[in-house]
Amino acid sequence: MVPRIWRRIRYRYNVIASYCESCGSYYYPQREICPKCRRRGIVKEVEINDEGTVLSYTVVNGRKIALIEFKNGTRMLAEVCGDIEIGSRVKKAFRRYGEDGEAGIIYYGTKFVPII
Amino acid sequence: MKVAIIGVGTTEFGELWDKSFRSLFLSAGLSALEDAGISGKEIEAIYIGNMSAGKFVDQEHIAALIADHAGLAEFGIPAIRVENADASGGSAFRQAYMAVASGMHDIVIAAGIEKVSDASDPMEVLSSAIDQEWERFVGANLPAIYAIIARLHMHKFGTKEEDLAMIAVKNHKNAVHNPKAQFRKEISVEDVMSSPYVAEPLKVLDCAPLSDGASAVVLANEEIAKRLCDTPVYVKACTQASDYFSIQNRRDILTFEAVVKASRKAYKISKIEPKDINIAEVHDSFTIAELIAYEDLGFAKKGEGAKLIREGETEIGGRIPVNTSGGLKACGHAVGATGIRQIVDLVIQLRGEAGKRQVNAENALALNIGGSGATAVVSILSR
Repeated sequence: MVPRIWRRIRYRYNVIASYCESCGSYYYPQREICPKCRRRGIVKEVEINDEGTVLSYTVVNGRKIALIEFKNGTRMLAEVCGDIEIGSRVKKAFRRYGEDGEAGIIYYGTKFVPII
Repeated sequence: MKVAIIGVGTTEFGELWDKSFRSLFLSAGLSALEDAGISGKEIEAIYIGNMSAGKFVDQEHIAALIADHAGLAEFGIPAIRVENADASGGSAFRQAYMAVASGMHDIVIAAGIEKVSDASDPMEVLSSAIDQEWERFVGANLPAIYAIIARLHMHKFGTKEEDLAMIAVKNHKNAVHNPKAQFRKEISVEDVMSSPYVAEPLKVLDCAPLSDGASAVVLANEEIAKRLCDTPVYVKACTQASDYFSIQNRRDILTFEAVVKASRKAYKISKIEPKDINIAEVHDSFTIAELIAYEDLGFAKKGEGAKLIREGETEIGGRIPVNTSGGLKACGHAVGATGIRQIVDLVIQLRGEAGKRQVNAENALALNIGGSGATAVVSILSR
């Protein structure tokens, strides 16, 4: 798992979407090709820093997992720490995700917290 | 070329501790051959739906292994494994159907198999049907994705947890009369409502179990079917579609686009409309999946799926009985076998051999879904 985590670390620490310069569409998670323009598309990375809105959520294994929508229309599945309901506003936070056993590498990434 | 099903067979579904992977297949395959009244040497190819023998029983390259164990090695026929998560069975059926429809083969077997009870955490394996990097990593599993969909459906359309519970209750009731079903026991809405949450708002009794099992069907072209079989069941359409893999990328997470696309195409090819379907086996891996299937297949308008279950329209005796086998919920969900098991049950119904759960049906529909809906296979069968 370590190389796989390492490869994605930039994308775990930041919320990075794709933006297609040809058609103006945004995608999360990032894509290498625009589904609308395909080979004609010019896909660039763009960071998302704004607040999001909870579209729906669940509680599984003691964690709140929400589908969050941003202003540019992209949606992201992420853990939220704190009380939420549908429509709640959330902002990103740097948090611990897990580790490879007791002595293994610790993974960090982006989670969300409610805006009170 | 017209394609008919001339033989069906299935093992019981459940925790079959004393049955191995290969013997499960043999037992389903032999009963399908016996049902078709053929020896087995007529078979020209074998298509096997299986999601994850590698993870469940640490065995890959299973198609040739199974063909050998079934005594077919001498004939040297092509054996092909098909993987599309829990739509593996439906996808294998479609490959077999296309082989006969194209004239490439005259008579083939489509089978599905999964042996899950040897694995320590089968739900972990099934959850590899969603995106490992962008869904699993953040803590979601397959029930979580369906739960997020369920909560939004409730929020937007007023669907209640009790409506979902009624689907589980119906399917358990149907399974009582299915000798192959895992849970032949009625449950009540209160039982479902008081079962613990797996992923809110979905509870233990909203979720299908993961089961061991294998199912097989024999397909032949019309000419051979008429010669060999008094009660051929015709495959009027078998279509498949895919969708954005993750709910993050779907415009509307309450619509399974792959189901809409595959079913519309199947209706068009077969010239059979939703109102002409008399019975359906749909993919109720979670109760919400059956409710949304009502809408996406055109049995109900979008947002009105709950009305069908409230008014008893999908019960045996209703307008369009759904999952008379007990569905994945109560018959069991042997992952890669499920898509074939659905076909087996519909053939039994169309032949009038379903006993106490018999429905008077001319046209039947099967919907098999992979993961959270990125793959859908729809089959329409007729007498």
